[in-house]
Amino acid sequence: MAAADTTPATAGLPMPKIRPARILLWTVLFIGGLLMITPILFMFSTSLKTAGQIYDLRLIPQSPTFSNYVKVLSEGDFFRWFLNSSLVAICVTLSNCFFDSLVGYTLAKFRFRGRQFVFIAILSTLMIPTEMLVIPWYLMASDFGWLDTYWGIMFPGMMTAFGTFLMKQFFETVPDDFIEAARIDGLNEFTIWWRIAMPLVTPALSALAIFTFLGNWTAFFWPLISITSSELYTLPVGLTSFAVEQSIQWEMIMTGAALATIPTLIVFLLLQRYIVRGVMLAGLKG
Amino acid sequence: MATIQLNKLTKAYGKAEVIHGIDLDIPDGEFVVFVGPSGCGKSTTLRMIAGLEEVSGGDITIGGRRVNEVDPKQRDIAMVFQNYAIYPHMSVRQNIAFGLYTSKLSKEEKAKRVEAAAETLGLTALLERRPSALSGGQRQRVAIGRAMVRNPAAFLFDEPLSNLDAQLRAQMRIEIKALHQRLGTTIAYVTHDQVEAMTMADRIVVMRDGHILQAAPPMEIYDNPVDIFTARFIGTPSMNIFPARQADGQVSLTDGAPSVMAGVRPQDLKVAATGTGMAVSLEGVVTVTEPLGHETLVHFSTRGGHDFIATAPGHFGASPGDTVQAQAAAGTVHLFDPVSEKAVGRA
Ligand SMILES: Nc1ncnc2c1ncn2[C@@H]1O[C@H](COP(=O)(O)OP(=O)(O)OP(=O)(O)O)[C@@H](O)[C@H]1O
Ligand SMILES: [Mg+2]
Repeated sequence: MAAADTTPATAGLPMPKIRPARILLWTVLFIGGLLMITPILFMFSTSLKTAGQIYDLRLIPQSPTFSNYVKVLSEGDFFRWFLNSSLVAICVTLSNCFFDSLVGYTLAKFRFRGRQFVFIAILSTLMIPTEMLVIPWYLMASDFGWLDTYWGIMFPGMMTAFGTFLMKQFFETVPDDFIEAARIDGLNEFTIWWRIAMPLVTPALSALAIFTFLGNWTAFFWPLISITSSELYTLPVGLTSFAVEQSIQWEMIMTGAALATIPTLIVFLLLQRYIVRGVMLAGLKG
Repeated sequence: MATIQLNKLTKAYGKAEVIHGIDLDIPDGEFVVFVGPSGCGKSTTLRMIAGLEEVSGGDITIGGRRVNEVDPKQRDIAMVFQNYAIYPHMSVRQNIAFGLYTSKLSKEEKAKRVEAAAETLGLTALLERRPSALSGGQRQRVAIGRAMVRNPAAFLFDEPLSNLDAQLRAQMRIEIKALHQRLGTTIAYVTHDQVEAMTMADRIVVMRDGHILQAAPPMEIYDNPVDIFTARFIGTPSMNIFPARQADGQVSLTDGAPSVMAGVRPQDLKVAATGTGMAVSLEGVVTVTEPLGHETLVHFSTRGGHDFIATAPGHFGASPGDTVQAQAAAGTVHLFDPVSEKAVGRA
């Protein structure tokens, strides 16, 4: 390239100074990262060990074997549970992305009587811990006959106050001009939301999707309570069934858990790009 | 194509009335520019015409049809905003085509219109770009393109050029004016830049505090402002206004109780002018000089502490501290009532 020819040689540039604060920061981050990754490494490691080796706390198994994977995938209802979890997590995620945004948009962009009241009412539900809500949920599900159904697992999370709040905050950053221009161009209010406002909040939407998916994929407490038939178990609930019979089969649990991390990784890697792109998009808007 | 009529139009936010019953007839094809200081209600008026703001009282008719309760999309108007409002997630082509979102034209016809608008605005080479890869002027052109493809009965502009730098603003001014001459569509244009108003308008509407002070062609407003506010608002630099007494065709600055307020434009107040028939004669100490090339603006202060701006030839020798004389010829001095501030004639 012509430009490269004219630039001075870079070999003489001084090395960036290594500052003590930097070193401290990197050390802390490194230790933090190590603490987080260790259990995950042990999970994978254990999944490759035989039942006899599991208390041999070596990170590299002596004779790694995939027999656990074969066993988990062939015996039991692993696939069924995997599908159940996928179904629940995907439905709840889509529902949240849709309804949280719809309500968030309405609260952010329309002036109507009672708007503030509605918003505060939604926010206040954030202060109630899940443990307190489980009993009402259970009673409600039992009254409507939703216990031991997919809908029974999903209904409490179909819309969340947190998601609504998050989306409202983001929609407030969308300039009114965009919306009014679309209104003059003849779009109806729903189309304005869907075609104009939603694409402008993709970063928030991606974040919401990741959190919701992960939260529901790993959800344990409510599925455990609401589901009794094993063919409706979600993965986390199903995995515990390796623990109840006779003894705890750690290698099986770890294998199942290892398999369970795959979709979360995929979802994260897929959506993470949108977060980054969305931030760039917002940054460039002049 | 359409006429726009405002009839005793009022707007109140809660109890606070911000537009106080304005009347205005915009004939078909006219380019009307609303000017006024910040907060005088220009945008509010325009937004009521667009249908983005509810009307509190009075009527708006577009093309003879009363539109008070009509949705924006059914008013057959297009609007261009200060912040362009072009969608960052769509290409230039998609943005322009968005103006035809609800139109029932065939695909080919839509594509043709988009191409034609792009051609007119010099955007053809940029059609596939994202807005983030455009300059401010190009973005505003895209916004105008989106308004154009609809072939609306009227265009509304709300300070479309105020985010652009001075040079680009001058260029876009000419482009919009040329566009109007070609399309002949009614345009209502809001700005607080009086140069934009003077250069573009068929008719200027001067607003203040929710009232229309004067609606007239630019030169008419320049020559015959109805009151002190309008006189000072139109024309740069602003007209010199001073308390005066009038005797034998002469207007003289006074520090006592004035019989009139006199106004003289800097262009009419000439430093060291000689000649007879001068209506005003002033003397003061130069504070600042601003050479503009073809002329020099001379700021001076009289002994009584009144500040004036006068003009002198391009090569002007005086510097701050010098004493200068300035005169204005008979017929160039505007007279205003000191209490009502309304124009009462000339001297
Ligand atoms: N949503 C609102 N609620 C209450 N008052 C408002 C609202 N919008 C505008 N106003 C008031 O109405 C008046 C006119 O506002 P408007 O936006 O029309 O001014 P403008 O002439 O366009 O000024 P600018 O040159 O700053 O854009 C202002 O005093 C403003 O404070
Ligand atoms: Mg305004």
